[in-house]
Amino acid sequence: MRADPNPHGASASGASGASGASASGASASGASASGASLDKGATWQRGDTPQRLAQAALRDLPWEVGVAKPDPAIVVDGVTRTFGGLTAVAVDHLEVQRGGITGLIGPNGAGKTTLFNLLTGFDQPNTGTWSFDGRSLGKLAPHQVARLGVVRTFQLTKALSRLTVLQNMLLGAQGQRGESFLRALVPGTWRAQEKANTEKAMDLLRRFKLDAKKDEFAGTLSGGQRKLLEMARALMSDPKVVMLDEPMAGVNPALTQSLLGHVKDLREEGMTVIFVEHDMDVVRDISDWVVVMAAGRVIAEGPPESISQNQAVVDAYLGAHHDAPLTVEEEDQVLAEAEQAIAREEHGGGEVLGSTSTTTGKGER
Amino acid sequence: MGDLLDAVAVALKAGLGFQAIFFALLAIGINVQFGYAGLLNFGQIAFALLGGFGIAISVSQWGLPFWVGVIVGLVAAVVLALLLGLPTLRLRADYLAIATIATAEGLRLLFRSVSATPVTNGTRGLSAFNGDFIALAPWATNARYRLLGTSWSGGELWVAVVGWVVVVLACLLVFALMRSPWGRVLKSIREDEDAVRSLGKNVYVYKMQALVLGGILGALGGMVYAVGTGSAVPDQYQNANTFLAYAALILGGAARVLGPVIGSIVLLFILQFADTGLRLLIDNGIIPEGLLSATDVAQIRFVLVGIGLMLLLVFRPQGIFGDRREVMLDAR
Repeated sequence: MRADPNPHGASASGASGASGASASGASASGASASGASLDKGATWQRGDTPQRLAQAALRDLPWEVGVAKPDPAIVVDGVTRTFGGLTAVAVDHLEVQRGGITGLIGPNGAGKTTLFNLLTGFDQPNTGTWSFDGRSLGKLAPHQVARLGVVRTFQLTKALSRLTVLQNMLLGAQGQRGESFLRALVPGTWRAQEKANTEKAMDLLRRFKLDAKKDEFAGTLSGGQRKLLEMARALMSDPKVVMLDEPMAGVNPALTQSLLGHVKDLREEGMTVIFVEHDMDVVRDISDWVVVMAAGRVIAEGPPESISQNQAVVDAYLGAHHDAPLTVEEEDQVLAEAEQAIAREEHGGGEVLGSTSTTTGKGER
Repeated sequence: MGDLLDAVAVALKAGLGFQAIFFALLAIGINVQFGYAGLLNFGQIAFALLGGFGIAISVSQWGLPFWVGVIVGLVAAVVLALLLGLPTLRLRADYLAIATIATAEGLRLLFRSVSATPVTNGTRGLSAFNGDFIALAPWATNARYRLLGTSWSGGELWVAVVGWVVVVLACLLVFALMRSPWGRVLKSIREDEDAVRSLGKNVYVYKMQALVLGGILGALGGMVYAVGTGSAVPDQYQNANTFLAYAALILGGAARVLGPVIGSIVLLFILQFADTGLRLLIDNGIIPEGLLSATDVAQIRFVLVGIGLMLLLVFRPQGIFGDRREVMLDAR
């Protein structure tokens, strides 16, 4: 794909994605997507034409590391995390656009999951500040971050095996009165809330096509279904930011399309999505903006179509100098050989044959 | 045949006596901690020790009323749970296991040490502290009563009745808690702490609540034991009792409200039945004296129970009440 800062280049990738996103009901032709994106008036419903607000907002940004976004939800400043001598994460400045899907890619060991852990309170950085909606997230425990509306999933899916699918879902609901020890003993205080939560959970399960399995243990689900369950469970908390750590890993291709559709739905509902993924087709398909990490640093960011052209990214994945230009001497040598060959051809076919025979003669000597 | 019936009756008495209540309460506490929250408390007997000695020291040494002693025992158990939980509950499950097993042994050695003799009366222990409680019995406590083919003293009967009431109340409490959202969070913590954290629950607080609740139940068990025997001797509180309570829990089925209770009754029944039964067989010459003497029986019955538990784990790993599907699931 040709590098093109014009967002209409991106809508072409959107078109290829829309064809696969039948599960989300996004049947609109992708080509018109960027045009519809400016229609901010009506609230979006499933099945409507996707609005790519974030994409429009990010259209004119320069493709450089640490660029300021028009409406950042998460801002990271000078965050470093070292494990002994290894610097796992060293991000100078990174902003994540609200309401967009930001893809986080990079080779193995680039620090993507560590950055996720830092942002969600599962790990504390050595230095740096980071904030969500202007609120500093420094020194917050994971559950406090989650209560602010930043919910994550895990690379290795964490379905709660010996709870039923429905119980898994109910756990995701926030502000449950019955989760306090004393009130738990008085069912009257939490029955109504539990009922409302159950309805909400069943709605989500239907959307993720897990409603038939609601009474089965989560441990009996397949890997892909667990991914779906984990995402649905995260949605029970009405998050503002959803962080998905490799949502497609180990999921069969048919389910991938359905998962992709669900991720796009999150964006349409106004959530900010950050996801780590290795499958470049997926990244191109759904992200509005891509951040590339390598060796703990952000080495490039830009719209998805800019990334495969980026020399730093290619170097990070394939190693530097794998296709570096030849040196001057080498180039001269190649030129001289080419000139020789042309000169021989001008002398006629016989000459060429003769020269071949002389070389064989040399070989015999 | 009459001998066999007698053996059954004696075993039934053991299965319903204060020792069964003691193990049932220990196991209910372990069930809250291990069965529901996934906490490895290998020192449940330490809470029982504090419960028993809470009464014994308050009444015998300090001259306080019996019920104040009960409160002292419960408060001591709460304090111990907090002390154990504060440093270890942020760490992996193993650390709580190490801390509790060391505390259980350490506390027993402390209570029997010479320096503690002025308070605990050392290895001889304390007695004569349950008078106030026995006096509450609505029947004559020095008479004997025939019940289920065996004879019970009035005091024994009173302790058993009150003890079973406590067990039933504890079961109701666990039942009410575990069907609530609070219990759901606890079970989720058993499955995966990080997932629960990522959903906005303060895992540390829930684990602490479970540890304290289990500790209180353990202390109640220790009180029943102390009142039942009428004395509190540190060496009665060997940590082997913790593991017998675990055995009762696994036997009945972990993470089931009635699992620990039925498990304790069955365990005590089998232990006593094996004891009486083996002695019967030796007395009648069915087992030759050279193979097994009456003095070996006390040890052999534990071997038999061990074999029984192994067979249980092979053929019914979920215990009496458990759900086989649940046990067969790959936990991760």
